Amino acid sequence: MSNVSVTKDAVPATGDLVVLKDVNKHFGALHVLQDINLTIARGEVVVVIGPSGSGKSTLCRTINRLETIDSGAIHIDGKPLPAEGKELARLRADVGMVFQSFNLFAHKTVLENVMLGQLKVRKADKKAAEEKARGLLDRVGVATQADKYPAQLSGGQQQRVAIARALAMDPKVMLFDEPTSALDPEMINEVLEVMQQLARDGMTMVVVTHEMGFARSAANRVVFMSDGRIVEEAVPDQFFSNPNSDRAKDFLSKILHH
Amino acid sequence: MFDFISDYDNPTLLGAFWMTVKLTFFSGIGSLVWGTLLAAMRVSPVPLMRGFGTAYVNIVRNIPLTVIIIFTSLGLADIFGVTMGSKVFETRDFRLAILGLVAYTAAFVCEAIRSGINTVPLGQAEAARAMGLSFSQTLRHIVLPQAFRSVIGPLANVLIALTKNTTVAAAIGVAEAAYLMKEMIENEAQTLLIGAIFAFGFVVLTLPTGLFLGWLSKRLAVKR
Repeated sequence: MSNVSVTKDAVPATGDLVVLKDVNKHFGALHVLQDINLTIARGEVVVVIGPSGSGKSTLCRTINRLETIDSGAIHIDGKPLPAEGKELARLRADVGMVFQSFNLFAHKTVLENVMLGQLKVRKADKKAAEEKARGLLDRVGVATQADKYPAQLSGGQQQRVAIARALAMDPKVMLFDEPTSALDPEMINEVLEVMQQLARDGMTMVVVTHEMGFARSAANRVVFMSDGRIVEEAVPDQFFSNPNSDRAKDFLSKILHH
Repeated sequence: MFDFISDYDNPTLLGAFWMTVKLTFFSGIGSLVWGTLLAAMRVSPVPLMRGFGTAYVNIVRNIPLTVIIIFTSLGLADIFGVTMGSKVFETRDFRLAILGLVAYTAAFVCEAIRSGINTVPLGQAEAARAMGLSFSQTLRHIVLPQAFRSVIGPLANVLIALTKNTTVAAAIGVAEAAYLMKEMIENEAQTLLIGAIFAFGFVVLTLPTGLFLGWLSKRLAVKR
């Protein structure tokens, strides 16, 4: 529980891990990200919520440049996001990403999925990579599935493998792009528990989600987006009990009352 | 009925079919390698490479194979002096025929593999890039292995077509099956029988290929 209570104000500026400054992006005529300014401190868990089409997934994907931006700047650990090439690959290795649709490599076993990045990107020794992979699979509770193929696992298991795969790179920050949205309801909790554990261990996390329970219990800060803008930023308690903006009030009234 | 066959010793019937097998084997490997490289170019982020790949495929697959094969001999060898490392005519023409077959077949291999690449969900490449793999690593370790497995069937078609296309090498004097068939038909009366013998020979070569690759394609299919 060491870092959980760290709030935005308490973190010195040098601890800023991800900084987005005046970021703008268009999809054709649609202005999906409008003057986004967001700073994420080391060890902080930021949950991004908002209605569909508000740009929250796009925001998440710009942080490792799976989406390019039109203007503005993104810095990770003090360095600007490089253009396509070797530098970018190196940076991406330090930024773990978990997708809504898992995206495990379909032709490789669970174990190979978790080993691949260590072998090909980190150039780790095969034995060390396997040991680490098995350790991580154990940590997310799917150690017994190591030799199966992704298609043989349930959605919840696949997503936990995907988390292990990202963790195998020893990332500085983890991005979660709606990690539970494609899961059957009974599998959501097993994934959220792994994420809660990660948050307790002090991992810096950006989580795009509709799981308000997770936002309440694990987030240091909630970022509410609507129509491509950050409308409100607050600690979870304040955001859920006493939101400032009408847009957030409206959103919360729709999702919390049933 | 079959005794005339033993009159032919340059090449013998078996020797001629062995030449067909050799042409197919080397051209098959060559076109698989070159076709894969072309497919990689066609999906690469570098516009120059994409342009080259697209232009190559669209030009080469629309030229008749006969024209390409004859060009290797009359054009490359006779005019430009490309001898493929051999002054012996038979070796030179054998190698030139393979060059022509590879150049031609690779265009079809490329398109088969490219259609396979399109069956791999975008998320696979995204996940690979997100973990820090380079473009070529993503292609080698994630996209192409899955693409290949989904196009074994179409590649079997290309390989069968290639086996039969090797007969065009007879046009520049490579002593393969069709070359011998033409010789026999000129000299013998049993043209129907000769036709049947060679047709049967090709079916013997291609049928097992098709069956084996069909089985392999089911076995290696990627489950999603």
